[in-house]
Amino acid sequence: CAKRVGRASHSLDKSITLPPDEIFRNLENAKRFAIDIGGSLTKLAYYSTVQHKVAKVRSFDHTAKGDGEPLYEISVQEEITARLHFIKFENTYIETCLDFIKDHLVNTETKVIKATGGGAHKFKDLIEKKLKLKVDKEDEMTCLIKGCNFVLRNIPHEAFVYAKHADSEFRFQNTHPDIFPYLLVNIGSGVSIVKVESEDKYERIGGSSIGGGTFWGLGALLTKTKRFDELLQLASKGQHTNVDMLVKDIYGGAYGSLGLTGDLIASSFGKSATADKEFSKEDMAKSLLHMISNDIGQLACLYARLHNLTRVYFGGFFIRGHPVTMHTITYSINFFTKGEVQALFLRHEGYLGAIGAFLKGAEEDNPNQYSWGENYAGSSGLMSVSPDLNPMQRARSGTFDMLEMDRLERQLVNLPLLQDPSSYIPDTVDLTEDALAREYWLYCFEEALDGVVKRAVASQRDQPEAAERAEKFRQKYRHKLQTLRHQPFAYGSLTVRSLLDTREHCLNEFNFPDPYSKIKQRENDMALKYYQKVVKSLEELSWDQRQFALVRGLLAGNVFDWGAKACCIVMVVNVYHCFFIERPWLVDAYNQWIERLKGPPHKCALFFVDNSGMDIILGVFPFVRELLIRGTEVVLASNSGPALNDVTNSELQIVTERIAAMDPVIQAAVKEDRLTLVQSGSSSPCLDLSRLDKVLATVVRERSTDLVVIEGMGRAIHTNYYAMLSCESLKLAVIKNSWLAERLGGKIFSVVFKYEVPSKTQGQY
Amino acid sequence: MKLRSVKKPAFPWFGMDIGGTLVKLVYFEPKDITAEEEQEEVENLKSIRRYLTSNTAYGKTGVRDVHLELRNLSICGRTGTLHFIRFPTAAMHRFIQMGRDKNFSSLHTMLCATGGGAYKFESDFRTMADLELLKLDELDCLIHGLLYVDSVGFNGHPECYYFENPSDTQHCVKRPCSLDNPFPMLLVNIGSGVSILAVYSKDNYKRVTGTSLGGGTFLGLCCLLTGCETFEEALEMASKGDSTNVDKLVRDIYGGDYQRFGLQGSAVASSFGHMMSKEKRDTISKEDLARATLVTITNNIGSIARMCAVNEKIERVVFVGNFLRINTVSTKLLAYAMDFWSKGQLRALFLEHEGYFGAVGAFMELLKSSEEP
Repeated sequence: CAKRVGRASHSLDKSITLPPDEIFRNLENAKRFAIDIGGSLTKLAYYSTVQHKVAKVRSFDHTAKGDGEPLYEISVQEEITARLHFIKFENTYIETCLDFIKDHLVNTETKVIKATGGGAHKFKDLIEKKLKLKVDKEDEMTCLIKGCNFVLRNIPHEAFVYAKHADSEFRFQNTHPDIFPYLLVNIGSGVSIVKVESEDKYERIGGSSIGGGTFWGLGALLTKTKRFDELLQLASKGQHTNVDMLVKDIYGGAYGSLGLTGDLIASSFGKSATADKEFSKEDMAKSLLHMISNDIGQLACLYARLHNLTRVYFGGFFIRGHPVTMHTITYSINFFTKGEVQALFLRHEGYLGAIGAFLKGAEEDNPNQYSWGENYAGSSGLMSVSPDLNPMQRARSGTFDMLEMDRLERQLVNLPLLQDPSSYIPDTVDLTEDALAREYWLYCFEEALDGVVKRAVASQRDQPEAAERAEKFRQKYRHKLQTLRHQPFAYGSLTVRSLLDTREHCLNEFNFPDPYSKIKQRENDMALKYYQKVVKSLEELSWDQRQFALVRGLLAGNVFDWGAKACCIVMVVNVYHCFFIERPWLVDAYNQWIERLKGPPHKCALFFVDNSGMDIILGVFPFVRELLIRGTEVVLASNSGPALNDVTNSELQIVTERIAAMDPVIQAAVKEDRLTLVQSGSSSPCLDLSRLDKVLATVVRERSTDLVVIEGMGRAIHTNYYAMLSCESLKLAVIKNSWLAERLGGKIFSVVFKYEVPSKTQGQY
Repeated sequence: MKLRSVKKPAFPWFGMDIGGTLVKLVYFEPKDITAEEEQEEVENLKSIRRYLTSNTAYGKTGVRDVHLELRNLSICGRTGTLHFIRFPTAAMHRFIQMGRDKNFSSLHTMLCATGGGAYKFESDFRTMADLELLKLDELDCLIHGLLYVDSVGFNGHPECYYFENPSDTQHCVKRPCSLDNPFPMLLVNIGSGVSILAVYSKDNYKRVTGTSLGGGTFLGLCCLLTGCETFEEALEMASKGDSTNVDKLVRDIYGGDYQRFGLQGSAVASSFGHMMSKEKRDTISKEDLARATLVTITNNIGSIARMCAVNEKIERVVFVGNFLRINTVSTKLLAYAMDFWSKGQLRALFLEHEGYFGAVGAFMELLKSSEEP
């Protein structure tokens, strides 16, 4: 259903086709346009509202409940969420794109379009004529900084270090809880060096006229090569030592007493001061590239040192997606700071101006009040149009790169109990660096795709087009997996979590908001029937026996996971009583835990729960009940949105109500506010403790939480296995994947029971 | 004889600095030679003296900078003239051959040499001319030579100068000054490449940084861009050119000043920025290109030097090196850059013997070595 739009003038590409399913999506509801027109690329930004199908659960009236009736009602409702769209395309297509937007912009109240970038002036009339919007120019640098703050704050793994010869070229950085202060070195035609101290406080502390324009202009003169990209390609093939005078050309070797090695460039172009020699284009381009990169790196270092800054981000068209320049700049920074400062680059560097201009225009919506998340389904990923990686794609006309950001319902912050938020890494294995693990997991997710598609269709039997949508989902997710196979760095560090999250985003994209809703409902229903029996039998046990039974119950419940194939084997066993797992476990801190339980009760436990059904009702609740009886307050943290069969906050509320109705201990705890339910702010089967609901953080702080329990593979193994907390923590899971179990030195169904006490409080009890 | 009582090295007295592009040679011509002494003087010593002092050009490329000679200099009990000679490093082998032809090794003089070439050509001196070099560190020599020349003055005038009203092209004038209390100073030596030193005393200094964008870059790029062959030619072209046809200024982008950041419209935003456009490339003159190259390199050195001065908390910035020879465009630009960007905090100083201090320092080492037993 691609639509052809071609009323472009003679100077522009007439044959471009824009597939409306893929780019300029949700234009119908678009508002607040912004545009950033650079030397060769245009970046367009707009805000849209997206209608999503969401599965809502609603409790039935208690009094009306009868046998065989489901626990709660599930209904699929339309929900409106906000989304930011950013599209990047070559300036040649600007008129075509404006026409397309005009045709699809149905009903907008928007009157102005915020514009920034050097080309904004040139295209002002065209934009005003086509879109009938008034062009409102915004300062380039202000937009850049605003955009930079926004991506640093909202996109995990936004910044990366580039290492050409490492196993993975891109090493992504954790989101630092405090993004300020930093230095932004913007390398456009010239160089601007800006010190950013807070959202509104920044200063251009310096700059240089030797920048991308110098490389381009001087390079074009020297090599008769017109295009910037071609110049870079020439440079990557050249040998600078033919043109540059090196230390060894002067000294015959190194200048040892100053520590200057022989290969160091003493004088750029120092060998070309002769009329009787010809120099190759490649060599001259390479020499020029080194000269400019080194010079910029040196200035950046001098400014960083003067202002005592260690975080230096590089951007601008000189850097944008070019491994060659990222490498030379990195080299220069390493040389001049001896490793004290790292050159950092940004995944969405090209969008900063457009994001900033957009934010300027959207100030009344207070976009900075919210947390935003990168939508993996709607975003192209790093290097999608890189000429170095994808020369074919670049040659094809009309390559569009996209970024979509969803406004999150909740504002996300760090868990206050992280030992060191700045060094916290949620993911246990970085698949960008671990090729073996990457291969396995990509294969694993590809294999599982059929099942996911089937379940998605099954969850919407009443809708005839569900099969078609599910097929589209399959194609989209498979394409993502293929991209990640070739470019594991496309969305930041590749992890099991990112693979799971991408799948959730793709499912949502095709309106499969909660494929497990009915299964979860059924399992919750069934488990509730056993609750009283389980509690009763536990009460009959001695203290020692009961503690063990409670832990075993948690583990047994956790095995029961629809996501894992192996669960079927376990299902036939009587899940609670007969299930037996031999100790010692793969990781076994049970004895230490029991010793601890003999001491004073914890003040408050924060419990990150996992699956619906057996897990939450027969595993978690009895365990929680015991903690409550001991005098420990409990905060149950569950997902805000659905992910696999994980219990969501709204489901957990109903489940808790029902348990409270059966169990006076729980009832009293709920009433007295000793048992609290909070949302995690997440819709992922994994857990990122640096992006949690602000309310959760407040509750945790107010209650002086001194124990964190994290349950399940996704939250305690794939993520947070190595997370260091400032209080006691319990991480427990059954490993339901034989490959992973083997990697950890165990077999399938190996148990991890990790009890950790931060070193400074060790021995306190 | 009576002169033996004074410890001094045997003639001839040379100091040599072999750089990446140029060899700088200083030669002390004793003017107080007695008749007796002259009789004793061996023939090849005489011939060397005559050759050097009676010519101002040597071969195709060697030059004696007559205007720089220091007269009536008393050194080690002798009075004479210090001559300043330069030739391209590319002619080094011819020079060594000349040393062999003139049987230099028979004079038993020590040849004090500094600069990278002292290391690079050491074995050539030995094998081709049977000469041993006393190799000296170039930065030590630079500082010692500079302090010495400043202390003796330039034939009764100060060695050092600065520009008055550097930010006002109409009223910018060269003014002599003294370098009393020279420490601390930031010493920026612009040869083929650039070294920047923070000097706290005669023997206490550190190399702060350097840049590969130096005189060699200016000449190298000019040769490639304009087809010129010599530094003089390049400078001559540059003096006639207009860099604003090549560089993109702030006003070319913003229509005027970039007030948000206090940037003047006349400031260069992107060196060679206009050359991104094919039409402009096709119409540009060689003179404009030479000028833009000169301005780009000079401003960049100024900018790095200024940052170093601020980081090192030094207010006096002394520029030396042969890049500044006959190059008032650069000296004035550096003076302006220091003054303007530091809001008058920094002062740029220059020295008349620009590129010869390393050679003078090596020469002094010769005299020093003879004082030791």
